[in-house]
Amino acid sequence: MKGPIPRTDTADRTDAAARTNSANGADAVATSGARPGAEPGGGAGRFLRWDTAVGVLLVAVLLAGGGTTDGFAEITNLSAALNDTAEIALIALPMTLLVVAGQVDLSVASMLGLSSALAGALWDAGWAFELIVPLCLLVGVLGGLLNGWLVTRVGLPALAVTIGTLTLYRGLASVVLGNKAVSDFPESYAQWASYTEPVPGTFIPYPMALFAVLAAVAAFVLHCTAAGRSLFAIGAQEEAARFAGIRVKRIKLVLFAVAGLTASFAGIVYTLRYGSARADNGLGLELVVIASVLLGGVDFNGGKGTLGGAVAGVLLIGVLNNLLTLNGVSNEIQVIVTGVLLVISVLTPRVIALVTERRRRRAATAA
Amino acid sequence: MTQPEPAAAPAPVLALEEVTKSFGNVRALRGVSLRLHAGQAHALAGENGAGKSTLIKILAGVHGPDSGTVLLDGRPVSFAGPAGARDAGIAVIYQEPTLFADLSIAENIFMGRQPRRALGRIDHAAVREATAALMRRLGVDLDPDRPARGLSIADQQIVEIAKALSFDARVLIMDEPTAALTGTETARLFAVVDALRAEGAAVLFISHRLGEIFELCGSVTTLRDGALVATEDLDGLTEDDLVRRMVGRDLEELYPKQDTASGEPALTVRRLTREGVFHDVSFEVRRGEIVALAGLVGAGRSEVVQAVFGVDSADAGEVEVGGEKLRPGSPTAAMRAGVALVPEDRRQRGLVMEMSIERNIALTGLDRLGSAGVVRRTLERSRAADWAVRLQLKYGRLSDSVGVLSGGNQQKVVLAKWLATEPGVLIVDEPTRGIDVGTKAEVHRLLTALAADGIAVLMVSSDLPEVLGMADRVLVMHEGRLVASLPRAEATEESVMAAATGRSSEEAA
Repeated sequence: MKGPIPRTDTADRTDAAARTNSANGADAVATSGARPGAEPGGGAGRFLRWDTAVGVLLVAVLLAGGGTTDGFAEITNLSAALNDTAEIALIALPMTLLVVAGQVDLSVASMLGLSSALAGALWDAGWAFELIVPLCLLVGVLGGLLNGWLVTRVGLPALAVTIGTLTLYRGLASVVLGNKAVSDFPESYAQWASYTEPVPGTFIPYPMALFAVLAAVAAFVLHCTAAGRSLFAIGAQEEAARFAGIRVKRIKLVLFAVAGLTASFAGIVYTLRYGSARADNGLGLELVVIASVLLGGVDFNGGKGTLGGAVAGVLLIGVLNNLLTLNGVSNEIQVIVTGVLLVISVLTPRVIALVTERRRRRAATAA
Repeated sequence: MTQPEPAAAPAPVLALEEVTKSFGNVRALRGVSLRLHAGQAHALAGENGAGKSTLIKILAGVHGPDSGTVLLDGRPVSFAGPAGARDAGIAVIYQEPTLFADLSIAENIFMGRQPRRALGRIDHAAVREATAALMRRLGVDLDPDRPARGLSIADQQIVEIAKALSFDARVLIMDEPTAALTGTETARLFAVVDALRAEGAAVLFISHRLGEIFELCGSVTTLRDGALVATEDLDGLTEDDLVRRMVGRDLEELYPKQDTASGEPALTVRRLTREGVFHDVSFEVRRGEIVALAGLVGAGRSEVVQAVFGVDSADAGEVEVGGEKLRPGSPTAAMRAGVALVPEDRRQRGLVMEMSIERNIALTGLDRLGSAGVVRRTLERSRAADWAVRLQLKYGRLSDSVGVLSGGNQQKVVLAKWLATEPGVLIVDEPTRGIDVGTKAEVHRLLTALAADGIAVLMVSSDLPEVLGMADRVLVMHEGRLVASLPRAEATEESVMAAATGRSSEEAA
């Protein structure tokens, strides 16, 4: 009924119309293979690039929504729609960097749940919220470092490691809070995560304002700095990166730590937004995050993608689901729409590449 | 060994007629003909890049010819992939066999076509017995149940030959099978091949060791730059004749070594050891000097230079650059000290193939392209353009992916990437492998010029003429140990090969 994933508890929110249901993109994630294109600075190929196309599609959906659907273009609806993707959007930033570097972190949603459960348990125990937040973030960093340590020092593949810690962190969340829900967080904190209190003068809620700032930072790092360039090299050819003197292990370790940190922060946002701390908060969210990133044209095999594309992918799924909800389309259909979109996103660049390749070969034969 | 006279030749078992093959703009083979007769061993000679591997791949059904025909028993055929060639009785033994390490010898030989019993169960007893029979036929003593892991390269090749026999191969193509073998192992391999030839198999033999060609074969075809130079009997030819046909030009031109005064030691390696890989390796390279590290494939040469550069760790020993001890296991520290390593494997280690030319060149110096870690793209492009001019790189656009370049131009990009770090010690691992002769000469000129500028050059190479033509001093490794250090005057094909195959030490012992 609400939240990205069907939940069994009922936190005290009622305006279902303003809520969206981001799809669970498991199928699409499993089918996504190699995807050419999408390195920035493509010149003439810019208009064929998938990440640009997703951005265009996002604008088209916004315009179409405004023209056809009552209530879509209203400030409260847009604020709510944005806020509903807050956790996905925040986690999508480090996830984009990870996937570009050929890594993935499936434990992010479990870390979100662990952070939420920890916050709930400590609040229940009478801790001050100002102490709870840094402690949760510390746990997030430590969890991320564990992932990174297993990947870089023990040499296990990220997929295997984070499938393990996905279960581990969710299990720890249950140990910390059990089956109960903690929901008596004070309004003074909850308002920071609410869509009803956007940044003054705008319709952007605080979590998404923060996201905007962090997205700009992440985009700068990925596309304009030496560190970002290293991520592309690691994702495309790790051996070559290592032989070029790039500190592959250190970079990966930092990436996983940042992913853990962001996930635990998203856990705080989630807890405040729903006013409920539970061990199963955000169950399955990692797949939505990865699906959004892949929809934005980031290659699951690493080495290709843009941060702008990933952001467009996150927002597209969010806006589309909001629009479908407003039009009374059921959750099941929304999931199907997102799934179809993902499959198309995987197919299209491949088709474009095939066409370009054929044209190139024909030109070469003619010459 | 005596050879039957190829003059009384009946129709060839396998033949190529006027075969041409191009890859992109590179013409790998130009109208080459070749005939293989039953019961005869024929050699294929030529430098790296002469078209030998392309020719083998056409015979093995990996590539189809652009024009010309492949004839099997006098009839034109076109193989549907390697399996088609195999079914036609053509077996290829490569330099480095590819066995399943965890399966037994018997299972490797009968992989995918094991004799079955009821319900599709594998008849292990039959597999074992058939393998034992093959080994008896080859006259070797290898237990069919032994796992492939741990077999020497020589034994792995015997397994590959047994596999070929089990397919009733009539044509045996051997691509540098002896590159990693010791003298004794080579002798045993030749005995096996000779026995097969006597049974009526046609053999095509490729080796850079000319002595082996004379030992095993009766006739030879020489290729140069993709074209046929000559097909002739080996009787009456000398090794020098063969070299002249292969190189076809003045050796001085290909190896433009200048005499340079060597200066202070730039790189000092002391007792470097990596357990099970190389032991107690000590040497130094002086400023202005080109030192070659020669030896057989698998002798541990690449492993040593990788440990020096820090991409691999060493268990003991130390590396000094310019008198300062280098932190082990850290390429970053090595680069800061002015060491550069151009690795052997361009596609996996030298370059990020899907990245652009300019970005590959920039990869070793990202922090020098602006302040505070920011990469300035204009600077990146102008530096890459500079290097492209200096190294005469042939390319379309600097933003093209490096993967579209030819092998020689890719190697220039790797060199540019490392020269951009302004190294004091340049280590190059097989710097001219798989690149055309023209670029090869350019690379050699470049290395000579760098040495003249006072850079210490350490060159790992399996290309003996290159080693002899370029090096001021030749270090030779054998089975993980440094066994010889020969000044330019004493380094000959014989002295280097003797050390590389361990013969000098065997004689001493």
